[in-house]
Amino acid sequence: MSTNSPSAPPLSAPSSLEVSGLAYAYPDGHQALFGVNLSVGRGERVALLGPNGAGKTTLVLHLNGILEAGAGSVTVAGLPVGKKHLAEIRRRVGIVFQDPDDQLFMPTVREDVAFGPAAAGLRGAELEARVTEALERVGMAGFADRPPHHLSFGQRRRVAVATVLAMRPEILVLDEPSSNLDPASRRELADILRSLEVTVLMVTHDLPYALELCPRSVVLSGGVIAADGATQELLCDEELMRAHRLELPFGFDPRSVTVPV
Amino acid sequence: MGAGHAHKLYRHGHSPVHALPPHCKIAAVFCFVLIVVSTPREAVWAFGLYAVLLAAVAGVARIPAGFLLKRLLIEVPFVAFALLMPFVAEGPRVSALGMSMSVSGLWGAWNILAKGTLGVAASVLLASTTELRELLLGLQRLRMPPMLVQIASFMIRYGDVITDEMRRMRIARLSRGFEARGVRHWGVLATSAGALFIRSYERGERVHLAMVSRGYTGTMPVLSDTGAGGAQWTRAAVLPLSALAVCLLGWTL
Repeated sequence: MSTNSPSAPPLSAPSSLEVSGLAYAYPDGHQALFGVNLSVGRGERVALLGPNGAGKTTLVLHLNGILEAGAGSVTVAGLPVGKKHLAEIRRRVGIVFQDPDDQLFMPTVREDVAFGPAAAGLRGAELEARVTEALERVGMAGFADRPPHHLSFGQRRRVAVATVLAMRPEILVLDEPSSNLDPASRRELADILRSLEVTVLMVTHDLPYALELCPRSVVLSGGVIAADGATQELLCDEELMRAHRLELPFGFDPRSVTVPV
Repeated sequence: MGAGHAHKLYRHGHSPVHALPPHCKIAAVFCFVLIVVSTPREAVWAFGLYAVLLAAVAGVARIPAGFLLKRLLIEVPFVAFALLMPFVAEGPRVSALGMSMSVSGLWGAWNILAKGTLGVAASVLLASTTELRELLLGLQRLRMPPMLVQIASFMIRYGDVITDEMRRMRIARLSRGFEARGVRHWGVLATSAGALFIRSYERGERVHLAMVSRGYTGTMPVLSDTGAGGAQWTRAAVLPLSALAVCLLGWTL
């Protein structure tokens, strides 16, 4: 597989994310990653595909330094992930976890969105402006004073996106963004993600969603990047798909779709 | 109560009492209770004055008497204990209504009843004019250990989530034909409780992960820094100061 992405920005742009030779074994000895190499340019939207147990979550937890690399390195916009600048790394890498109930832990939406920037030292009017801006970008500005558990699942997912947008991240990492959403919420979230001018790395099993949103995809399988290329090409490569336990939904033909640009 | 989620204890309003910063109110109620407790029990009239003071606060806060009295029912179990005292205490006895009661027991019962009721009434007033979340902010500002404040705020946030999970587990049990009918089924309930505990524990880990990912380093950032001005402290101090005057009178008269 080619490693050149079709939508790669010009070489002068610094890449948002640079992962090289990343290997990791859990304390119980189970090795999850065997030398992952991945580069994501600024403003790109990349889907991270892979079967269950491929190491996707493990990789994601390395991006903001929750797990420490056994070997290799991760760099976010030129800053190496490590103990020294953890706070800055965590501001730059916004992870949206799968279950919004885990992500939204404050009593109201406003406080939750404010949590990240406030932890970074923002106060007063500036903080308020940041919260409003983030909520407006996901269309949830009218819900600032609601407690999270009174929102619908789709709304909670959008607020979860706002909580990391409020930190003005360099890269947005989404773990299964479309899971448990009804089709309308799915589309609304897609519209929001497309409207953001931010680098996106999307971990997903939802292949049509990846095709809709991400011009480029990488396949993580067995702890290594097994493929990297245009999403449509990857999805059309039946042999590759079979080899990595990736399956399209019944009746879906990636060739029949015109990919939005 | 609008769209917001308010606790059952809270009564929405815009009175001067509602508007006071929570930490002023907490401090005022705390001092008031201390003063009430240190009043000699023989000064019966003083407790009447305390009740009048609280009634005045309730009036300013526009809390109807019925609402307040209903909330006071929480005190009933303690009242039952106080009512026992005249019968079990030692010492000289008097008879009334054909029953022999201990004099010191009667005073003790009165003491518990009066001070307890005033304390509960003051707390109910605090709770009905201050949102739960504000109370936590107030405690935080009063230098309550941040860990305790965080634990309490997570209880508020995740109480419903866990109740929901419990409800789903119950429905799942019912759907498979299980109904708890006696001791023999307690095993199943215990297993469910265990599963719920483990799920909540795991959720705790995931929440912590999400917090760390957004820069959590052990302390919650204070979001709205609404410190209290001198005027607000003065207004909050009216209640404990008038109570203090009553208390001093109680000791000297």
